[in-house]
Amino acid sequence: MNLSDKSNKDSVETIASTIFLILGVINIGFVLLICVYLIIAGLPAIVKIGPIDFLFGTKWASTAADPKFGILPFILTSIYGTAGAIIIGLPLGFFSAVYLAKIASKKVRYVVEPLIDLLAGIPSVVYGFIGMLVLVPSIRTLFGLPDGASLFAAIIVLAVMILPSIIKVSITALEAVPQEYELGSLALGANEIETYYRVIVPAAKSGIAAAVVLGVGRAIGEAMAVMMVAGNAANMPSLFESVRFLTTAVASEMSYSSGLQREALFSIALVLFVFIMMINATLNVLLKRGGVKRK
Amino acid sequence: METIFDVENFNLWYGDNHALHNINMKIEKNAITALIGPSGCGKSTFIKTLNRMNDLIPSVKLSGSIRYRGQEIVNSDINVYNLRKEVGMVFQKPNPFPMSVYDNIAYGPRTHGIKNKSQLNDIVEKSLRDAAIFDELKDRLKDSALGLSGGQQQRLCIARALAVKPDVLLMDEPTSALDPISTSKIEELVLDLKKEYSIVIVTHNMQQAVRISDYTAFFLLGDLVEFDKTDKIFSKPSDKRTEDYITGRFG
Ligand SMILES: Nc1ncnc2c1ncn2[C@@H]1O[C@H](COP(=O)(O)OP(=O)(O)O)[C@@H](O)[C@H]1O
Ligand SMILES: [Mg+2]
Repeated sequence: MNLSDKSNKDSVETIASTIFLILGVINIGFVLLICVYLIIAGLPAIVKIGPIDFLFGTKWASTAADPKFGILPFILTSIYGTAGAIIIGLPLGFFSAVYLAKIASKKVRYVVEPLIDLLAGIPSVVYGFIGMLVLVPSIRTLFGLPDGASLFAAIIVLAVMILPSIIKVSITALEAVPQEYELGSLALGANEIETYYRVIVPAAKSGIAAAVVLGVGRAIGEAMAVMMVAGNAANMPSLFESVRFLTTAVASEMSYSSGLQREALFSIALVLFVFIMMINATLNVLLKRGGVKRK
Repeated sequence: METIFDVENFNLWYGDNHALHNINMKIEKNAITALIGPSGCGKSTFIKTLNRMNDLIPSVKLSGSIRYRGQEIVNSDINVYNLRKEVGMVFQKPNPFPMSVYDNIAYGPRTHGIKNKSQLNDIVEKSLRDAAIFDELKDRLKDSALGLSGGQQQRLCIARALAVKPDVLLMDEPTSALDPISTSKIEELVLDLKKEYSIVIVTHNMQQAVRISDYTAFFLLGDLVEFDKTDKIFSKPSDKRTEDYITGRFG
């Protein structure tokens, strides 16, 4: 056997690495394409309307005789809606994760985890539908409102929607914590609950932060379910008023829009895109920081 | 001689696996007791019953009696958290928490309700001094404990165990993951700690047992074959199996 003949190994490796390179380039290409397209399509309207009027204008009346294109109501609605969903969904998801990862018996986990996966797999239109049929009327009667479709309804639906990913990611983070930490704490006479909250959770915190950012990303990008329960009036946000999110602002007018209105919708999409990029950047920083600290 | 653990007819099963057979021994106070024997003979299993860490393994069943300072700890309804505070443990692999040196040491005292800052400072300093690592770490109290060397981490874990003012220290092969220099530092430390603590140490290393222990228990396949003064075990063992083991014929 000629050991110095590396030609066959080399050619396989070259082909493999070329395929991966091409796939990688295609991937990056798509991202760049979307980026460039959104900027090209979204910038003109911002320039025409004026960035200040566009981003900080409080009135959106795209089809009026004297059209107004202020998207502050959408931006704030998206931020409040997402924040609300996290405020409700994070504690719920986090405690469920601690329970499932650390306290629950194998049997309970065996039943509950597939249900969570199922919850994650339900299409958002189904969440919207149930929200519309059950949640919106309940909110109306409970709070004595003329209409239950509101920011509040959207927050509840979003909180439920982000729950599965928060639970799953938190469980993974908690289980990645070495068991020696737990034993070390118990051997000092700490009880189980103290051990979870003082040793295991802090050790898992970068993973849990990632769960939050993932939840934020999902909530801010959700359109369908939100459209069905938020009422969609372009009001400045208020908990029990009908509101419109960045996503739903694009989705609800796109089909019949034209001219500057259509361009402005692209600009809204661009703003949304920037938000999501910022969230991803935050996620990356959090994950890196988590990695560095364990060195 | 004062007895700290009185073990009588003690048996332990993992499910159907009868891992410890009818163990009888009296562990002396303020002495170092070494547990030796080949891998899998039940040394770790035995030491973990002394602070009820075996409670964490659902399949474990126990019978017989172990009295700690006269109180029954086998199958009894004692407060295990208090027991573990009294009977501290150091593990084979150093396991400092992923937090600062200071917070590692303060963890136990905080758990047991000490909040006062200056009191905590005193405990941290005293524990580090008692574990002979204060001078090495006094400028690194705020640094992450995970950045320390293996030997430093293990002495930090000893300091962490001392910080809750235990009465007994259980050590399961505390030096098996360490280099010879760190090992001899820990051996010196253990000898020093004998004045204030009763120590039970599992070791794979017979020289270590000879160097530091007063009593040696030789386990084989779940039996306590022989338990006696260390000098006696290593000079005139009364059981043939002990002799075979210490002369290196198996294990
Ligand atoms: N968590 C466990 N579950 C079931 N069996 C175990 C467990 N830990 C140890 N054993 C069994 O108990 C016996 C003694 O093990 P161990 O106490 O770890 O021995 P040593 O520390 O002397 O090497 C072995 O047969 C081992 O397989
Ligand atoms: Mg062992």
